[in-house]
Amino acid sequence: MAEHPELLPYGIIREDLFRPLSRAGSKWWFTVVACFLLVVAGLAAWGVQLRDGLGVTGLNRPVFWGLYIVDFVFWIGISHAGTLISAILRLTDAAWRKPVTRAAEAITLFALMIGGLFPIIHLGRAWFFYWLIPYPNARLMWPNFRSPLVWDLTAIVTYVTGSAIYLYLPLIPDMAQLGAHNKPWRRKLYKALSLGWTGSDREWHALEMAMKLNAVIILAVAISVHTVVAWDFSMSIAPTWHSTIFGPYFVVGAIFSGIGALIIVMATLRRTLHLENYLIKRHFDNMSKLLLTMSLLWFYFTMSEHITIWYGNEPKEMGVFGQRTRGDYAFWFWLMVFVNFVVPVTLLGIKKLRSVKTAVIASFGVLIGMWLERYLIVIPTLVTPRLASATSVYTPSWVELMITVATFAAMIMLYLLFARLFPIIAVWEYKPHSPEEED
Amino acid sequence: MVIDLDRCTGCEACVVACHSENNIGMSTPEEAARGRVNHWIRIDRYYEGQFPDIKVKYRPVLCQHCDEAPCEPVCPVNATYHNPEGLNVQVYNRCVGTFYCANNCPYTVRSFNWFDPKWPEPMQLQHNPDVSIRPGGVMEKCTFCIQRIKRVEDQADAAGRPVADGEVQPACVQSCPAEAMIFGDLNDPDSKVSRLAGDGRATKLMEELGTKPKVVYLEKAR
Repeated sequence: MAEHPELLPYGIIREDLFRPLSRAGSKWWFTVVACFLLVVAGLAAWGVQLRDGLGVTGLNRPVFWGLYIVDFVFWIGISHAGTLISAILRLTDAAWRKPVTRAAEAITLFALMIGGLFPIIHLGRAWFFYWLIPYPNARLMWPNFRSPLVWDLTAIVTYVTGSAIYLYLPLIPDMAQLGAHNKPWRRKLYKALSLGWTGSDREWHALEMAMKLNAVIILAVAISVHTVVAWDFSMSIAPTWHSTIFGPYFVVGAIFSGIGALIIVMATLRRTLHLENYLIKRHFDNMSKLLLTMSLLWFYFTMSEHITIWYGNEPKEMGVFGQRTRGDYAFWFWLMVFVNFVVPVTLLGIKKLRSVKTAVIASFGVLIGMWLERYLIVIPTLVTPRLASATSVYTPSWVELMITVATFAAMIMLYLLFARLFPIIAVWEYKPHSPEEED
Repeated sequence: MVIDLDRCTGCEACVVACHSENNIGMSTPEEAARGRVNHWIRIDRYYEGQFPDIKVKYRPVLCQHCDEAPCEPVCPVNATYHNPEGLNVQVYNRCVGTFYCANNCPYTVRSFNWFDPKWPEPMQLQHNPDVSIRPGGVMEKCTFCIQRIKRVEDQADAAGRPVADGEVQPACVQSCPAEAMIFGDLNDPDSKVSRLAGDGRATKLMEELGTKPKVVYLEKAR
């Protein structure tokens, strides 16, 4: 088929990309309903936790952080798929980015919405979460600005706001196109979202400028967000958490898992929405190379982190190191190394093996591996506290597992709804410059 | 506070006294097995030698009221802070339960109310009216029996005299049959605790972390 989607006539492109908005198959309905039920089950589990207390989790003394924090770091990591990748590609003017950016930016927004919930779910008194927000209040108190959790809240709120704007700006011209014809309720929605876009030169210039500025700002925000998430750990004095490398290590891990998520989403969209002409092999090839690079970087960071602990041989740190490499968590640790490093390097590093299918397989492995990485950072440290008498074990409860499953369902559901409401590829970007070429 | 480890018999009277003085909720055996015990003071056991020639050493561990407490800066809502008297205090009404303080405490002495606190009948009848009952979802820890400190200070104020050395006795100190625990003012160089803190046997727990703990352990050098 066409090697470059740009060479297709604009009329066909518009037809192809707007078609998914008007037709929903039974498979789509089935998946959305199934995911919705899982989300409801997750909310019910949260309800049980709010009613009874955090005792319904597997947390104990000294394992005060568990699956919720693992999920939190994981989802904030996934959010680095979109904005960061799309901003880099936009700023470097990579021509092949057109069909990838919006799909990526949507992941960011949804992953942040989900990830941002976990610190609240995790609170002992979740209904008072707003006490962390600095605003003039009846308690006459500011939050403690020295706490990394306040930095975290600030970073994530900034990132969600920025990502929402970043996703929305390039949607405006498409909204205007869709507002012209459609079912009445959709016409209303698209018209409202188009903000009265007429397509004048002045508007295009303003939009172009806004998108460029936003890309630069969001790049800095994205990197700082995951650094701050890492600082939640490294600002503490717990063995192996107190590490200077955690900021960049977490950012690399986040981009790594984000690219994995993006490859899976791209392959699914291509298959289900028949976008074979748009998401071509070249896109997967490029994304595979990016994933491969990140896999090597991840390995470099993981090795730096562990080899210094091992060589330094400090007893408390070695306790955690031992738990990871040959203790209770050894299986998961070596599985993580296998799926995060061995699999991607073999499947994507050898040119003959590199294909859409192997990229998807490697990406699933990376998602599992990166979730495990966060688990292996949070739990082994907490089960081996400095005073041996406080040592404990941690087994997640059904409530924690249910909520974790529900967030994956929420991601799929939100994405499916998004793909039916908005064109998943920015149509206007293919629009020819002179009006004669339009038909 | 000074704790003489060479006197401690590990009887756990301090643990019981602390529970009833401070209205600490009672865990069930099942919950305790899951690591949900709720004590503000615990007795750590250390074994020396090979069975049967074995020696057990005890160390009561409670909040060390660190001068450089790692739990304080990490709390986003200022629920734990240093009061003007130098105590590390926990304001239950401010706590939202982020757990960060407990994770950053190297002594693992903070305990959390996993559920609303419960007492088996008729234990709820012996609650101390001077101490509030903490709801579920809130972190708590040893206060050095701040209610007793305040009461003695108020009495001394009313009588127009300074607080005498040894006048304040937290529940654990009062109940210790071996008189292994002594409480007093470390700022007063003539107090008993100040003299004992200068003893050759004096050590502090994990002082190397820079936490500046205010609990001094007396222990014969081995």
